[in-house]
Amino acid sequence: MGGILVFVEQRDGVIRRASLEALSEARRLAGAAGVELTAVIVGEQVAGLAATLGKYGAAKVLLADEGRFSRYSPEGYSAAVGAAVERVQPVAVLMAASAMGRDLSGRLAARLNAGCLADVTKVWLEDGRVVAQRPVYSGKALATVDGGEGALVVVTLRPNVFAVEEVGGEAPVEPLVIGETPIRAVTREVIAAAGAELDVAEADIVVSGGRGLRAPENFSLVRELAGVLGAAVGASRAVVDAGWIDHAHQVGQTGKVVSPSLYIACGISGAIQHMAGMSSSKVIVAINKDADAPIFKVADYGVVGDLFEVVPAMSEALRELKSGG
Amino acid sequence: MCVLMAHVPDTASAVKVGPGGDRIDETGLKWIVSPYDEFALEEALKLKEAHAGSVTVVAYGPERVAAGLRECLARGADTAAHIAGGDAVFGDALAIARVLAAAVERLGPFDLIFTGVKGVGSDNSLVPAMVAEFLDLPHVSGVVKLDVGGDGLTAQREIEGGYEVVESPLPCVLAAHKGLNEPRYPSLKGIMAAKRVQIQTLSPAELGLDESGLAGNGARCRWRSLELPPAKAGGAILDGQSDPVGAAKELVRLLREQAKAV
Repeated sequence: MGGILVFVEQRDGVIRRASLEALSEARRLAGAAGVELTAVIVGEQVAGLAATLGKYGAAKVLLADEGRFSRYSPEGYSAAVGAAVERVQPVAVLMAASAMGRDLSGRLAARLNAGCLADVTKVWLEDGRVVAQRPVYSGKALATVDGGEGALVVVTLRPNVFAVEEVGGEAPVEPLVIGETPIRAVTREVIAAAGAELDVAEADIVVSGGRGLRAPENFSLVRELAGVLGAAVGASRAVVDAGWIDHAHQVGQTGKVVSPSLYIACGISGAIQHMAGMSSSKVIVAINKDADAPIFKVADYGVVGDLFEVVPAMSEALRELKSGG
Repeated sequence: MCVLMAHVPDTASAVKVGPGGDRIDETGLKWIVSPYDEFALEEALKLKEAHAGSVTVVAYGPERVAAGLRECLARGADTAAHIAGGDAVFGDALAIARVLAAAVERLGPFDLIFTGVKGVGSDNSLVPAMVAEFLDLPHVSGVVKLDVGGDGLTAQREIEGGYEVVESPLPCVLAAHKGLNEPRYPSLKGIMAAKRVQIQTLSPAELGLDESGLAGNGARCRWRSLELPPAKAGGAILDGQSDPVGAAKELVRLLREQAKAV
C-alpha cells in the first residue's frame, strides 16, 4: 500500500492552519496504516516553511520553489502536486478544503484520473480503501463515501474539524522538478477584503446577525461581541440579500458551511437553509426574542430576550471576564 | 456560451433518508435550478446582451432535469441539451465531469463555459475544475466579478479574507459565486417562448461514453450510506425578558464553566 501525500497550503509565506489540520490527520492515518507520510509545499521562497513540517509528522517534504508558483494558479499547482504524486505514488492526497484546496483538488483529481472526497469531516482507511464521512445538502445529511478499491483518492478536509498536533521531528526537504506546464489563468493581484476580516469558514468562533438586528447599522452590536471574542462575523441570507453586509459573511446552504467551536446567532430565527450551514458547530448559542424560533431547537444555550439588551450585556460580561474581573 | 446546470432539491426543503439507505428520499421533493447556476446563467445572458452570441444550457440527470432546462430557456437561454442518465455515477464528480466535458465538446465550440461554484446537493464543488481539466482549458472558480473583452477576461475570485484577480484567455471555464449578479426572473413572454424550444436529448453512449464503465482507473466515489446528523438534546434556554443583563451574565458563566467555549 502506498503512502499518504499532503499538500500544505501557504499564502505570502504563512502556512494555512487548516493545512496543519490536514497534515496532523494524515499523520494519524499513516501511523495507523504503517505507511509513509510526505508533505508537498508549493510557492516561491518557501524553503523555510518546508523545514518546519517535520514537526507535524511528515517523514519527507517535497518542495516546489519557483517564481511561476509565487501565486496560486490551479494549472500550475496541479502540475506541481501531480509531479509529487508521480514521485511518491501515494494511496491518498490530502489537503484543506479551503478556497485553494477546493479549487485545486478538482483540477488535480481530473489530471490524475482520481476520485475525490470533498470537504470531509471524518476519514479512515479500510482494507486499502479510503472512506470518508462528509456533510451533503449543506449539512442536512451525512454521507459515508467509499473512494474505491486500490485507487488513488484526493481528499479535502473541512477546516476546524481535525486537531493540529505537534509531534516533534525533522524531515528532509527534497526539491521537486516540474516540467513545462501551461499556466493560462494567472492571478495578477490579491486584494484583501475591507477590514481584512477573519473568514467565517475558518474562525474558531462565529457571531452572526440576522433580521432581528432591524437595520444594517446595528451590525455594530454583533461586531462588538465578535471583537471581544476574537470571532468572525457571520450573517443570515435575509440580511445579505437585503444588502446589509457582504455575502462573504453569509452562513447557510447558499453561503458558507461552518463548524466553529462556538456559534452565536443573534436575531436569527433559523431557516432550514441557515441551520444547514451551522448545525455542525460544537456549541450553539441563540439569542432571539421569539421563544418559538426554530433556532432554539439546535441551540445548546439560548436567551429568549431582546438582543439589543442581551448582546451588549454579553460583550460587557466577557470583557470583565477577559480582564480578570 | 454554455451553462452547465445542476437540478437540486429546493434549499428550503428538509432532507430524509430514502429506503435504500444511501440516497435521499425524493418523495414529494421540489427541485430547483441550483442557486449558483442561476448566477452562472445570468452572467451568460448579460454577456449575450452586451456582445451578442447565444447561450446553451446543459444538464445531466434523470427526466426531471428537463423542467430545470425549460426554466433556463424561459429566462433567456437559446438552446438546451439534456444528457439523460446519471444514476450509475451518482455522487461521483469525476464521472459527471467527464460526461459534461464530452457534452461541451459535442455541442461547442464555446468561448465561455459557465457553471455554479457548487450544486447545493452533493456539495462537491469539483465539477468546474474537472471539466476544465478534461477539456484542457483554464478555469476560474468562485467568480464574484467578471469583465470579458477581446480574447480574454479578468475575474475576481473569492478567497478567505479577500479576492484573487485572475486574467485568462478564452475559452475558459468559470464557476459563478453569489455576488456576481442578481439573477432575473423568467418573463411571461419567456415562459411562452420556452415552451416552443425543442430540448435536445443525448445519452452518454451517444457522447461515446459508457456510464457503467466510467469508473476510469477503478476510482469510483460511491455513497455507501446516508444518515441524518444526530439530533440535539434540548439546550439550556434562559429567560432574558425580565432581566436581560442577568441572563447575559448567566449565559457567559455557562459558556465559560460548563461549555468551556470562551
